[in-house]
Amino acid sequence: MLETLDPKTARIIPLTEATEPGFGVYVHWPFCAAKCPYCDFNSHVRHQQVDQARFVAAFKAEMAAARALSGPRTVTSIFLGGGTPSLMEPATVDAVLSQIGQLWHMPDGIEITMEANPSSVEATRFRGYRAAGVNRVSLGVQALNNRDLKWLGRLHDVEDALKAIRLAREIFPRMSFDLIYARPGQTVEAWADELRQAVDLAVDHLSLYQLTIEEGTPFFGLHKAGKITVPDDDMSAELYEATQAITAEIGMPAYEVSNHAAPGAESRHNLTYWRYGDYAGIGPGAHGRLTSGGEKFATATERHPETWLAKVETEGCGFVDCESLAREEQADELLLMGLRLREGVDLARWQALSGRDLDPAREDFLIEQGFIERLGNSRLRCTPKGMLVLDAVVADLAC
Amino acid sequence: MSTTTRTPLDHIRNFSIVAHIDHGKSTLADRLIQSTGGLAEREMSEQVLDSMDIERERGITIKAQTVRLHYKANNGEVYVLNLIDTPGHVDFAYEVSRSLSACEGSLLVVDASQGVEAQTLANVYQAIDNNHELVTVLNKIDLPAAEPDRIKQQIEEVIGIDASDAVLISAKTGLGIPDVLEAIVNHLPPPTSEGGETAPLKALLVDSWYDTYLGVMVLVRIIEGVLSKGQTIRMMGTDARYTVERVGVLTPKMVAMDSLGPGEIGFITASIKEVADTRVGDTITEDKKPTAHALPGFKPAQPVVFCGLFPVDAADFEDLRAAMGKLRLNDASFSFEMESSAALGFGFRCGFLGLLHLEIIQERLEREFDLDLIATAPSVVYRLTMTDGSERELHNPADMPDVVKISEIQEPWIKATILTPDDYLGGILKLCQDRRGIQTELTYVGKRAMLTYELPLNEVVFDFYDRLKSISKGYASFDYHLHGYREGNLVKMSIMVNGEPVDALSMLVHRSAAEKRGRDMCEKLKDLIPRHMFKIPIQAAIGGNVIARETISAMRKDVTAKCYGGDATRKRKLLDKQKEGKKRMRQFGKVDIPQEAFIAALKMGDE
Ligand SMILES: Nc1nc2c(ncn2[C@@H]2O[C@H](COP(=O)(O)OP(=O)(O)O)[C@@H](O)[C@H]2O)c(=O)[nH]1
Ligand SMILES: C[S@@+](CC[C@H](N)C(=O)[O-])C[C@H]1O[C@@H](n2cnc3c(N)ncnc32)[C@H](O)[C@@H]1O
Ligand code: SF4
Ligand SMILES: [Mg+2]
Repeated sequence: MLETLDPKTARIIPLTEATEPGFGVYVHWPFCAAKCPYCDFNSHVRHQQVDQARFVAAFKAEMAAARALSGPRTVTSIFLGGGTPSLMEPATVDAVLSQIGQLWHMPDGIEITMEANPSSVEATRFRGYRAAGVNRVSLGVQALNNRDLKWLGRLHDVEDALKAIRLAREIFPRMSFDLIYARPGQTVEAWADELRQAVDLAVDHLSLYQLTIEEGTPFFGLHKAGKITVPDDDMSAELYEATQAITAEIGMPAYEVSNHAAPGAESRHNLTYWRYGDYAGIGPGAHGRLTSGGEKFATATERHPETWLAKVETEGCGFVDCESLAREEQADELLLMGLRLREGVDLARWQALSGRDLDPAREDFLIEQGFIERLGNSRLRCTPKGMLVLDAVVADLAC
Repeated sequence: MSTTTRTPLDHIRNFSIVAHIDHGKSTLADRLIQSTGGLAEREMSEQVLDSMDIERERGITIKAQTVRLHYKANNGEVYVLNLIDTPGHVDFAYEVSRSLSACEGSLLVVDASQGVEAQTLANVYQAIDNNHELVTVLNKIDLPAAEPDRIKQQIEEVIGIDASDAVLISAKTGLGIPDVLEAIVNHLPPPTSEGGETAPLKALLVDSWYDTYLGVMVLVRIIEGVLSKGQTIRMMGTDARYTVERVGVLTPKMVAMDSLGPGEIGFITASIKEVADTRVGDTITEDKKPTAHALPGFKPAQPVVFCGLFPVDAADFEDLRAAMGKLRLNDASFSFEMESSAALGFGFRCGFLGLLHLEIIQERLEREFDLDLIATAPSVVYRLTMTDGSERELHNPADMPDVVKISEIQEPWIKATILTPDDYLGGILKLCQDRRGIQTELTYVGKRAMLTYELPLNEVVFDFYDRLKSISKGYASFDYHLHGYREGNLVKMSIMVNGEPVDALSMLVHRSAAEKRGRDMCEKLKDLIPRHMFKIPIQAAIGGNVIARETISAMRKDVTAKCYGGDATRKRKLLDKQKEGKKRMRQFGKVDIPQEAFIAALKMGDE
């Protein structure tokens, strides 16, 4: 398909000035080679070969069900996430993307992202994905030193990560990678050094997550037992502030809490989530937001891969939830997603959904304290200081 | 199942069980019920009489309960035994005295290894005041530490009653239970009835409670005459008339009867709606053939601790009023009247017998009536003499008049009895001293020290009992009674959170203790109020003088690192929870104070 295209000239639909949320399609690949001890994503390890043809058929069936709900729409981005989507055969990816093109209007050049693990990167597969239409890759690098990679339970080492980054830059028009910081004992200096290396390796996008101890993961138990000590609030605030400073300095400021990009290089797909647009969620444990007949539906599918497969095969789709969201619920979601963005949230839209104004006393207080600010054209956003306590700001404004 | 054959008086025994807490009253009651067949085996759960959830969870008896047993004695005769289980905690002394007045005798239960404790003394003196015959029961003799002979001797020395024929039992294993039943029949007197069955009805209103299905239920003890279904009765105190709908006894299941005769204890229902119509201690008579003389009745319970209870959600005010009305039916010792607070809106000022009583009522309101409540600082009743010579009572520190208009403040004092093993004496003496106590006596009961102290009640209501238990590792026991009013050098301490006074946290304290109290409160609040986005000063002040301060530093970081399409639902639900959580908080200016803080702030830590 796009095999002959020069990565450097591949046309990416530019972000419009207006913050049009768009319509994205998310497809979940629920398998990994090993389970990382911090991860609570819907990812599973299988020791037998996964029958990818069966999954393709099920993805197709479920997409048709989502299409029935969404009606005809123009897709603005596609995201293949996981788990480890780079364990998919290129043919699987090709089949999935073709089906999306069959069901919805899919203009040329829209952003098509795939998550990949550095441990499962091979040049031939990368070329295969590229040929199938993937034009952006997001690599789970996580750390740039072997000790921490090991502690994070990763299967790759720094050398693998560098190789994967090189290959991704070579093959895909756009690429980004993820790092996890605020690791036990990590100092601001050590992290700043690592981040500067990362910035040198990056093209124009980085996702930088502070380690979260998620319930139900091995780290959760260790943390509770006192065997893992993560940086306290003060320390993680310092690490966060250092991250903001370094990325801003080199021209990749945060456009979202944990996402950094050169202007114009933001992830179109993820913006759809934060701008509270519509998206179809396909595959085990995927969530969607689809507007139909003036209502906004929240969909969720069966999480367990094989159960999902069986469900789709017998019932035509794996939805376990498809509830119409009340307008106040939509208002809450708009606010909690939108305030994550540097561009903030459109208050007129929030007012229309919630049917009320922000409590003026609270708003004034938060403004006076320097947590939020009003922009022109009815937008509200967090200041950098407010971003650090975003969850509290949202709770204060939403209640 | 109904019966018309009247039990002759000499085949009735009405008795209570009195004991210090945990000496085994409830367990013994279980055994008595079990061995007389009151409940089938499978219906027996442990401590069947403690039927309220809270009682079971806390392992204490709050409400006195009644049960009628049929016992076939060794002499071949069948006796009706009416047992009233009583609570052991000092807060519920009123319930104890009420139960006692409906009986002629008591089982005095003493733990055979612990021996006499403070509430053993208090309860036994109450029983003696009620002219009760006593059967002494030494319980827990299955324990290796049991020393029945030593405890018998102790009972004789300390209480001054003959303990030579005390019954040795284990309520846990059932050992000795037949002997207890025989002792009840042989040593406790039957009820007497001057006028007998033919006299006009005279019955004592012992207790009343609210049953979800049957409405107001009234426990009665018949003195003379007969109380039957269909009869029109009159409450002599309130002059209200009712037609009796149901008559019955508790076995402890409800069993319908046609009537109750002299000496019997049972329940009636009569479409009674008003709380005020069932005054505990009232005399019930027949409307058309009334008795000439009413019974003396009880003096109403005097609440000694007051606090405000406010609904978290103002819309629940009417529900709260209704719930309090129903609880009051079950608990004559709890009082309430409407109150309004600048910070908390409309609520009720409530009177309680003590702090445990307060906590239990609050918990029952929240649990049984599904209400969220805020309790304000408990206060005792102060007497103020104004400069113009007038006098008034102060139930609420927030109502304290301008100090220049007050010439004298008096506070209630108590006389407390504490029994403790020697090892903890030092710690307890210090505790009493710190609480402005005046020692009046120190003697020994065997190896245990018996202390008598006079203490200001306001130093005791909050957490004295908790502290005493922790100092003595649970071994000290405590009882008290009110002992009059004395002048005190008391000042009103206000608490300011983020510069705003929180009237619900203000209190009267002794001048000498103010600084320490202020510091403790500020420290407590610092832990109880969650971090906010800004820093929060907390201050304690007397008049305009700040005497203590703390600062809650601003939260540094509170943001979810990863939040993509799949997380919107989860985050929204979390937000819903936070909104719920906020409902359990009260806003003072910009600060959310969790409702638990109002009462938790008063409990003093380890000194
Ligand atoms: N070992 C032993 N324990 C007992 C005996 N009687 C009661 N207990 C225990 O003592 C505790 C207090 O008993 P309870 O009947 O609730 O005491 P109350 O507070 O006087 O009603 C419970 O844990 C009982 O199981 C006994 O005869 N032997
Ligand atoms: C859906 S995961 C999948 C990416 C890919 N499977 C991988 O791990 O290389 C996306 C990213 O979330 C981040 N992540 C996962 N669990 C995390 C946690 N507990 N705390 C912080 N970041 C986490 C990691 O950086 C990861 O790359
Ligand atoms: S590889 Fe990625 S998705 Fe899989 S377990 Fe690790 S972090 Fe989770
Ligand atoms: Mg009990």
